[in-house]
Amino acid sequence: MTLLVALPILLPLAAAGLSLAFGRFADVQRVLGMVVLGVLIVDSAVLLYVADTFGPVVLQVGNWPAPFGITLVADRLAVLLLLVSSVVTFAVLLYSIGQRITDYGRGASSTTFHPIYLVLCAGVSLAYLSGDLFNLFVAFEIMLSSSYVLINRRATATRIRAGMTYTIVSLTSSLLFITVIALVYAATGTVNLADLAQRVAELPDGLQTALGLIVLIVFGVKSAMVPLHFWLPDSYPNAPAPITAVFAGLLTKVGIYAMIRTQTLVFAHNESWRLMLAIALITMIVGALGALAQNDINRMLSFLLVSHIGYMLFGLGVYDTAGLTGVILYVIHHITVQATLFLVSGLITRHTGTVALSRMGGLAKASPLIAVLFALPALSLAGIPPFSGFVAKLALLQAGVEAGTWSAYAVTGGAVLTSLLTLYAMARIWTRVFWGRVRKPEADPDPEDELVVGTGTTARAMVISTGLLVTVSVAIAVAAGPLAEISGRAAADLMRHETYSTVVLGGDP
Amino acid sequence: MTTVNLTMAIVLGGLYSAGFYLLMQRSLMRILLGIVIIGHGANLMLQLAGGPPGRPAMVGEAAPENMADPFPQAMALTAIVITFALTTFLLALAYRSWVLLGHDEVQDDVEDRRIRRMERRLAESEDDTESEATQ
Repeated sequence: MTLLVALPILLPLAAAGLSLAFGRFADVQRVLGMVVLGVLIVDSAVLLYVADTFGPVVLQVGNWPAPFGITLVADRLAVLLLLVSSVVTFAVLLYSIGQRITDYGRGASSTTFHPIYLVLCAGVSLAYLSGDLFNLFVAFEIMLSSSYVLINRRATATRIRAGMTYTIVSLTSSLLFITVIALVYAATGTVNLADLAQRVAELPDGLQTALGLIVLIVFGVKSAMVPLHFWLPDSYPNAPAPITAVFAGLLTKVGIYAMIRTQTLVFAHNESWRLMLAIALITMIVGALGALAQNDINRMLSFLLVSHIGYMLFGLGVYDTAGLTGVILYVIHHITVQATLFLVSGLITRHTGTVALSRMGGLAKASPLIAVLFALPALSLAGIPPFSGFVAKLALLQAGVEAGTWSAYAVTGGAVLTSLLTLYAMARIWTRVFWGRVRKPEADPDPEDELVVGTGTTARAMVISTGLLVTVSVAIAVAAGPLAEISGRAAADLMRHETYSTVVLGGDP
Repeated sequence: MTTVNLTMAIVLGGLYSAGFYLLMQRSLMRILLGIVIIGHGANLMLQLAGGPPGRPAMVGEAAPENMADPFPQAMALTAIVITFALTTFLLALAYRSWVLLGHDEVQDDVEDRRIRRMERRLAESEDDTESEATQ
């Protein structure tokens, strides 16, 4: 049973090695990647069932006892996010395989892409499952190093600038992460999260706050909360669509996950958190206004991504079971929808040849299917019922109103305003891209690089994978009842962390 | 709770401030050196988290309570490997950017460039209206 916990990390890593060995056989790489990620979905679904019925599954690696060895913990929150993430990575891999085959033919192998993508998946899984702070750092490094390679792979002059910003900013935040690990260890003598939960509570208040704030900055950079978001809209839009999709869907959300985990378990608060609420409000508004000022579709989506990070911070700032339930629902919704939107934007640019909204038009006539694929996640992101965004936003807004403080009311108002601004941004993309007179695709501005745009073709696999994610996001709305219940239970776990601690440190749950 | 001795605190402060100063520079090479220096600082800090320097590391040479804490050393080792690998990657990236762009300067933010362009345009149109008014 406990082996299931190790599988999401070991399997992609082993497959990455195999995939590298089979670098010349394109089909073997493709099948291997799809099968491994498919197994990951099944594995995390089983884990979700187990964790939800029998409590967290804990694996002490190498049978070293808890505060000393490496601990992998699969509780409700971790497994829930693992399941959604593996669905997204599966769909994105299918999309990129489809894109590759359409552009370069079936025999074209890409030696490095598949192994690195699988390593990225392993890093994401490890980040969700790791039960100590240092292992979390290693997980982030595995994930980020592969993302550095993916974003800078076959870079051209414009892309390498963006890649450089991304690499340097992430690296700096990683160094801060090492620093905070050293500080935490010096103060408590442990890095195990469950053990830390008890030890940190014994520290003086000032020290607790200081450590908590540095941790917040570290994960704030990774999850792009304003004012630490500046790197994101400059770097993400320049990568190929599937890579941007997986970054936008997963990497920032792993930062949010780490933030939720550390701020609820280790640096627990007693009441709603003013600073976090203020940051949430600023993040929402700055992101949404930034999005409206853009003409580049990918930059617009990136700013919206920043803006919606604010919603997750909002739930964390409210800091009660209802608020955290809202966050979990929102993370699940946002991972799927944001990844879908970037995939659709990839489909759009293949038809238009440009990312400039002012030079597009008439795509609804040229390709009605893309219009449908865009409309559903766009409405969902704006929070229109009956889509997943509505469910998640409703949960958050309810939590904000129930919290009943003036700061929570203010942020609730801001959240509604941001929804409207998001809807406005989406309407702008819609009118510019899909309405208007039909335009011929522009020629690829940079035929040398790997981004093929303006061909007017889309592979069936690309449409199917985008459709798959759209279906998942609709399914989230359909299954909103059970999902909200699981999220509620996961949030309740977060609020009383004694369960987590006793399970990890040994003893009956 | 461990205390850090003053020399080490000063060394750490020096490493971090020099590193962050270099991070603020425009040339990618200096930024890279900055990251290397902060990396050294961070790893040194991990070491110091395990207690004052100079304690024996091998079993059997001292009583357990006088020995160095092996845990931060293991963490520092991992962190050193990671920073080393990423430094090499960053070096390759700097070289690549030098080949592609002919320089290794880090560019301004896209938004900053847009705002500067708009400012210039505004200034030009103001000049036009002023010259029209004098005519």
